[in-house]
Amino acid sequence: MHPTIDQKALTRQLATAERRNKIKAFLLVLPLLLFVLASFIVPIGSLVWQGGYSDTFANALPETSKLLAAWDAKSPVSEELVKSFVTELKASKLKDPATPTRVATVVNRELSGSVSKFKQVMNASDLASPYKEKLTALNGEWEKPDLWRAMKIVSPSFTPRFYLQAVDLRLTAEGDVKPEGDENAIHLLLFGRTLMVAALVTFFCALLGFPIAYLLAHAETKTSNMLLIIVLLPFWTSLLVRTTAWIALLQQNGVVNDFLVAIGLIDNDHRLVMMYNMFATLVAMTHVLLPFMILPMFSVMKTIKPNLVRAALSLGATPWTAFWKVYFPQTIPGLGAGCLLVFILAVGYYITPALVGGQSGQLISNIIAFHMQKTLNWSLASAIATLLLIGVLLLYWLYNRLVGIDKMKLA
Amino acid sequence: MLRGVGPDNRSDEGREEINMTVSTQSGYVVFDKVEKTYDGRVLVVKSLDLTVARGEFLTMLGPSGSGKTTTLMMLAGFETATGGDIYLDGAKINHIPPHKRGLGMVFQNYALFPHMTIAENVAFPLKVRNISKADAESKVRKALEMVQMAGLEGRKPAQLSGGQQQRIALARALVFEPKLLLMDEPLGALDKQLREHMQYEIKRLHETLGITVVYVTHDQSEALTMSDRIAVFNDGRIQQLASPDELYEKPQNSFVAQFIGENNQLRGVVKDILGGHARVEIGSSGTIEALAIQAEIGKPTIVSVRPERVEIEPASSDIAAIGRIEEVIYLGDHIRLRMNVLGNSEFIVKVRNGSNRRGFAVGDEVKIGWSLNDCRALDV
Repeated sequence: MHPTIDQKALTRQLATAERRNKIKAFLLVLPLLLFVLASFIVPIGSLVWQGGYSDTFANALPETSKLLAAWDAKSPVSEELVKSFVTELKASKLKDPATPTRVATVVNRELSGSVSKFKQVMNASDLASPYKEKLTALNGEWEKPDLWRAMKIVSPSFTPRFYLQAVDLRLTAEGDVKPEGDENAIHLLLFGRTLMVAALVTFFCALLGFPIAYLLAHAETKTSNMLLIIVLLPFWTSLLVRTTAWIALLQQNGVVNDFLVAIGLIDNDHRLVMMYNMFATLVAMTHVLLPFMILPMFSVMKTIKPNLVRAALSLGATPWTAFWKVYFPQTIPGLGAGCLLVFILAVGYYITPALVGGQSGQLISNIIAFHMQKTLNWSLASAIATLLLIGVLLLYWLYNRLVGIDKMKLA
Repeated sequence: MLRGVGPDNRSDEGREEINMTVSTQSGYVVFDKVEKTYDGRVLVVKSLDLTVARGEFLTMLGPSGSGKTTTLMMLAGFETATGGDIYLDGAKINHIPPHKRGLGMVFQNYALFPHMTIAENVAFPLKVRNISKADAESKVRKALEMVQMAGLEGRKPAQLSGGQQQRIALARALVFEPKLLLMDEPLGALDKQLREHMQYEIKRLHETLGITVVYVTHDQSEALTMSDRIAVFNDGRIQQLASPDELYEKPQNSFVAQFIGENNQLRGVVKDILGGHARVEIGSSGTIEALAIQAEIGKPTIVSVRPERVEIEPASSDIAAIGRIEEVIYLGDHIRLRMNVLGNSEFIVKVRNGSNRRGFAVGDEVKIGWSLNDCRALDV
């Protein structure tokens, strides 16, 4: 018989002995954890939140919001609702003079022209009972249900309308979901275009990067170091400068056109339009993202034993078979990592398409920036960004299923 | 039938002509004045002539950088000879790419394809030859049985031990019945015990299959165990090409004598040569007789004697000397004595550890002697 060991005491001893180490380890990662929490988790959380939450209207006009929620969106509005609207709108100015304008802007997004009608209400000084008649006297539009319906749509704080808008759907006052009118339906188009551009850029990067990575991995150390520096050189130059350089190259009076005219390949009057369109976006993004493809592929190719290809050849495989059946499968982890990296970066790319893309080369991130900076519709921007994030996570999941993330080698 | 190999695109007349130019008609593999340089300045293989007979197990043995692996790579087609010709089965193969040579090859680190299963690995040479699936399957099974690895078909190479991987590599190299099996230090990565076991295994396969094997190693015991003949490489040249016993018993120069087994070297000057026997003056300590293998009168020489051929207090011997014991090492089956003999304090004598052995102590002076046939005067 072995002497009986008190298993529980042993476990306890081990835990005590390891606790100090655990605390030490935790303290070491704590600064990074806090940083990641503050700079990554919290902003993303607030992004997702803001995409479904907008309280501008409900905060300024709480009573009106309740009454609007109770209204069936068809029958004529009640005197009580109109009174509450007028008094609350007027009162909201006392807290912050900008509030009525903000509320008007929010309503205006649902029904354009609303701002001027709100202004009339704010400027009118003699609004009193009966409010409904007075308001109609001010502007006939107040009698129609449209304005009130628009207000009913924007009044709830929690709303799916931004997410719906991000995929070109709209919420009606009755709570139905309808497709957006053609003139406003641009998000799906941009999502599609973004995915296509990202896929094309990834494809071109892989096509151009593979031979370079191969050369890097199999050249002599001296040559490969030199080549590696050339590959990394773009990283040491500002992204802005690199993108602008493409403008100098591709514009109508640019280097490429001048050259083509000089060698007589094209006529001076028919210079190629290569700038401010999709072509420019593709070229510039491929160039900028190429190193992200080359580096992981290079690091993987470097570890592939040259004997494998030799073995395949000695066993009777043609050089092509040896490459395709033996060498290429070994590069998949690097190729996969490179593709994932480039694709994810390309999906969210902003500066390059903004500078060289013109109208046809704009991507989803440009519309996000547009909503953030121009229309100030942050909720819509958040909703689009959240959908983009979900899309990327889905792709990441798919990649993990197909290739396996544990096989990925980034550098 | 192996495809793409040999002179199928040549007329019979052409073949005859080629045979005429080959120096050794019986050779299955012939190197004819083959040279190789990588940088255009230094020859790593110098005017190499070598003939391998059909069914022979030939080992290229030498230190690293001696040109043995380069020679093998030229035979496999991964390096091109910068001079001379290589013939396989009568046909010149200098410009035939490796995948058309039909040679099986086993690499130092096995070179199994990590993304394929064992069965896929072994079936690879059959698949690239478009052999039908049913045929391939039975061949793969036979090949795996041959190396005693049946039942591992579905595993990946990384799940196997080094020895198992080596067997699979062997099966893969043999499954398509190649004309010739090339092995590049195939046992280098295995531990000692497994290595010895695999040596016998490879030898057995060679004997049952009757295949011609060209084997490269830097391990002399491996070479001695397996080979029909051994080509000892050094400095881009074959120093000696002989059977294992001849190589050990009758080394032709001091490099071979040093490289194969252990050797005592006594430096001296040849005084005269009479009937194949040289009288060599060892410094001022005395003169001994030795077989004149590479000796010229008046020139310096190295007299070589194997440690186990030296006898302690012999009743009678061709050559006798006095040795002073400097060091005694007990090794179980034998006792190793380091002695000072004729002014050389690195002289080693191996004494069999018999039941009636005498004791040795440092500082003892003992009479030693050896036979003239074990004592060779070689180049410096």
